[in-house]
Amino acid sequence: MQHIHLEYDVDGNNFVSAGQATENVKFCLKGLGINPQMIRRIAIAMYEGEINMVIHANGGKAIADIYMDKIVVQLVDTGEGIADINQAMQPGFSTATEDVRSLGFGAGMGLPNMRKYTDEFEIESTVGVGTHITMTVKF
Amino acid sequence: MTVKELAKILGATTVAESDFEREINGGYAGDLLSFVMGRAMPDCAWYTIMTNVNVCAVATLTDCAVVVICEDCTPDEMLVARAKSQGINVIATSLDMHSAIALVAKNC
Ligand SMILES: Nc1ncnc2c1ncn2[C@@H]1O[C@H](COP(=O)(O)OP(=O)(O)OP(=O)(O)O)[C@@H](O)[C@H]1O
Ligand SMILES: [Mg+2]
Repeated sequence: MQHIHLEYDVDGNNFVSAGQATENVKFCLKGLGINPQMIRRIAIAMYEGEINMVIHANGGKAIADIYMDKIVVQLVDTGEGIADINQAMQPGFSTATEDVRSLGFGAGMGLPNMRKYTDEFEIESTVGVGTHITMTVKF
Repeated sequence: MTVKELAKILGATTVAESDFEREINGGYAGDLLSFVMGRAMPDCAWYTIMTNVNVCAVATLTDCAVVVICEDCTPDEMLVARAKSQGINVIATSLDMHSAIALVAKNC
């Protein structure tokens, strides 16, 4: 099946360029005439994922695959990984540093938002290897 | 209420103007960006004391009508530049969030 495949490098520790991949995907979805509600949901989820890679994983890759009826976004990093995924998924759990908190991050709401705003949410993580998140929003 | 009307009520200064005729529907106050992204509704006025460039990303993602920077906090140059280029309405007031929102409620 024909689809649009987009890939972006997300620069670690760069809060200024963070969100660029999300912006691009949003622009593409708008051009395709996708419902703004759906764009909003995947864009917020993707931005949370981008920011997490910047803050917690020293960067990574953001991959978007846009089909007729859905978008699948993957966030792949080779950061330190998450030891206890259930704990990380709890609203309010965060290991963010003071520096990061002063920028407004570190509420521990990113992963819960990603799950809340997407139709399908999968997270795999291995300590010392990295984290792989797959999210789907159906149009 | 429009952004222009809100700015007048708050005695706010303009940081970045895109469309001050835009209609505001509701409000959200907060500085923790993931809370804002989880809760703020499109077309709201977002009250915050955050002043860094990430405010722009969150404002765009939530599609808020205006960002109201409270308590005389000075927005970063990068925030101002990006708000202008992305067409985000940003105003600044000396009032704290509670006083600002109370004042808006009184004028609704
Ligand atoms: N890509 C990742 N690599 C390693 N650890 C991660 C990654 N993403 C999340 N985590 C861990 O999971 C915790 C919870 O993530 P979540 O996004 O919910 O909150 P946060 O990033 O700390 O704060 P917020 O997202 O509210 O700004 C993080 O504090 C971090 O410990
Ligand atoms: Mg996060």
